[in-house]
Amino acid sequence: MADARFTGTDRYVATPDLMMAVNAAVTLARPLLIKGEPGTGKTQLAEEIARSLARPLYEWHIKSTSKAQHGLYEYDAVSRLRDSQLGEEKVHDIRNYIVKGRLWEAFESEVQPVLLIDEIDKADIEFPNDLLRELDRMEFYVHETRELVKARHRPIILITSNNEKELPDAFLRRCFFHYIRFPDAQTLEKIVRVHYPDLKKELLAEALGAFFNVRETPGLKKKPSTSELLDWIKLLLAEDIPPEALRGDDPKKTIPVLHGALLKNEQDVHLFEQLVFLNRRAGR
Amino acid sequence: MLVRFFTDLRASGVPATLPEFLVLLEGLEARLAALSPEGFYYLARTALVKDERHFDRFDRVFARHFAGAEDFFQQLMRELPEDWLKQLSERLFSEEEKARVESLGGWQKLIETLKQRLLEQQERHEGGGKWIGTGGTSPFGHGGYNPEGVRIGSQAGRHGRAAKVWEARVYRNLDGQRELGTRNVKMALRRLRRFAREGAPEELDLDGTIQSTARNAGILDLRMQAERRNAVKLLLLLDVGGSMDPYVRTCEELFSAARAEFKHLEYFYFHNFPYERVWKDNRRRFDAITGTWALLRTFNSDYRVVIVGDATMSPYEIEQPGGSVEHWNEEAGRVWMQRITSHFPRLVWLNPEPEERWKWTPSIGITRELVGGRMFSLTIDGIDRAMYELRRGSPYTAPHVS
Repeated sequence: MADARFTGTDRYVATPDLMMAVNAAVTLARPLLIKGEPGTGKTQLAEEIARSLARPLYEWHIKSTSKAQHGLYEYDAVSRLRDSQLGEEKVHDIRNYIVKGRLWEAFESEVQPVLLIDEIDKADIEFPNDLLRELDRMEFYVHETRELVKARHRPIILITSNNEKELPDAFLRRCFFHYIRFPDAQTLEKIVRVHYPDLKKELLAEALGAFFNVRETPGLKKKPSTSELLDWIKLLLAEDIPPEALRGDDPKKTIPVLHGALLKNEQDVHLFEQLVFLNRRAGR
Repeated sequence: MLVRFFTDLRASGVPATLPEFLVLLEGLEARLAALSPEGFYYLARTALVKDERHFDRFDRVFARHFAGAEDFFQQLMRELPEDWLKQLSERLFSEEEKARVESLGGWQKLIETLKQRLLEQQERHEGGGKWIGTGGTSPFGHGGYNPEGVRIGSQAGRHGRAAKVWEARVYRNLDGQRELGTRNVKMALRRLRRFAREGAPEELDLDGTIQSTARNAGILDLRMQAERRNAVKLLLLLDVGGSMDPYVRTCEELFSAARAEFKHLEYFYFHNFPYERVWKDNRRRFDAITGTWALLRTFNSDYRVVIVGDATMSPYEIEQPGGSVEHWNEEAGRVWMQRITSHFPRLVWLNPEPEERWKWTPSIGITRELVGGRMFSLTIDGIDRAMYELRRGSPYTAPHVS
């Protein structure tokens, strides 16, 4: 395990604190809980870890109706009932009707896998508590077949949360924790470079300037994040916008072109336009 | 040293526990953090702190605790330029001497010794001023690891960056010092859950299926039923402005917790006491109002009502027509309150004022009597009791008024 160190990939810029958190979780085989603003690449992190360490990735996306049991297995009583009507042979073995969940699949993996439990806060408030034993011991019991499923290799577990619900202490205590902070200008530039290596320098500088200007507008409901910046730059490139168009005399007095990619809420757009208007009037 | 760091963390309100501390030690043992203080900072943070709100507190304790070490490294950078160290090592050490260093257990051990030494010295010396000048050079002059000294120099460089990391205190805004987390409130609100089957039938009704299959002489007859959902309807009336200002955050927490827990949640605001009008948007409280009569007509009696307010005002505001501080009310607050309590049999009043102060404020006494004694303090325990009251079988019936 000592050789497997995550240092970011060609598509993903990892800060030193993030690298430390990932490596600690990998080495000590404990789940890593990732929080952060939406659009800072929480989910992508799991994909990149799996890619860079060459491990299979199992994704378990949580919905508001998800139960912890869904990740382990489900017993498909309906098909068994139906098969019993049709007189199928396989009806005699209950094993045929146990549908494996993502956790079980990850436990069975030949090499140590990466398991992503995405947006755990979407589920019911009791959900994390129901997974305590499974994450701690990496085993669970299948009541229908009376067998104990044990992980062949403790998976590298990544859990993301958007902070919609607070997670129970007992759960938190078993995880490593990392909060992805919104990147500073330098890191952001690196991230954009990774995604658009041929981007002209002036355009990048102008775009970042305009972007931070929008982000610092007080009172925005949803601040634009890294993923929005990348989308916006993609649009700028597709429309072939020259860097001058982003400049204006004063960044506070102009609305950036194609701002729809940055502001996703009509109240925010309205607020921003109002501020720009005020600044213009005050500047005259 | 680390144990003291851990206890200091706990004392400063970071809820780190012993197993987490052991994990940190395990991580150190696995050489996760090598020798870099920055690495140690990140490892300690990821292992001990599980909430970004506590990052700032962690940074402060960390800075206080390792302040001496930090100064030391910075001084070292100033006093011992890396090039100089490199040259010195080239000059002072012959090849065989370097080889002997290797044979003495390698760098790892030497670094270990150095680390210990640094910690010892720091413990004896807290402030970091004078000791660095004199003691600072001595461990590095000390036998045999001058080639390694170069690496120490580069480590120190990284340390300088780390010092900035925790001194920048970027997580300051996230530190909430919240007493009442929304999770606690939610757990209390859960008492009010009443599950009922509603909506499209999409779950297998096992009992129903067995029964109808049996009736069908063994031919399978599937029965489906709707999913169980929380069917409780809640109406939240919140006092805003004036004396309620100190409690805004608590109310917001209650509100956000309630919003996530209940499918049917309606909320309205009022000022000081409910009169003939309430409103939904506090910014437009004078033009987008809802009449209290309309409120009583719109929502059935099966809505459970939670009123949040400190009920602290002049008794005239309740007893007299025209008593409102904001407008002229034709009918007294008492009349409106009685209408509300008689329409909604299940109602509680949550009061953020501490319970022991209630008896000193006459208006609280009046309000308490108006809601039939169902006033609870806005604490976890109070909410718990209020929720119990709301789900009780026999609701309180208020005297009827028209």
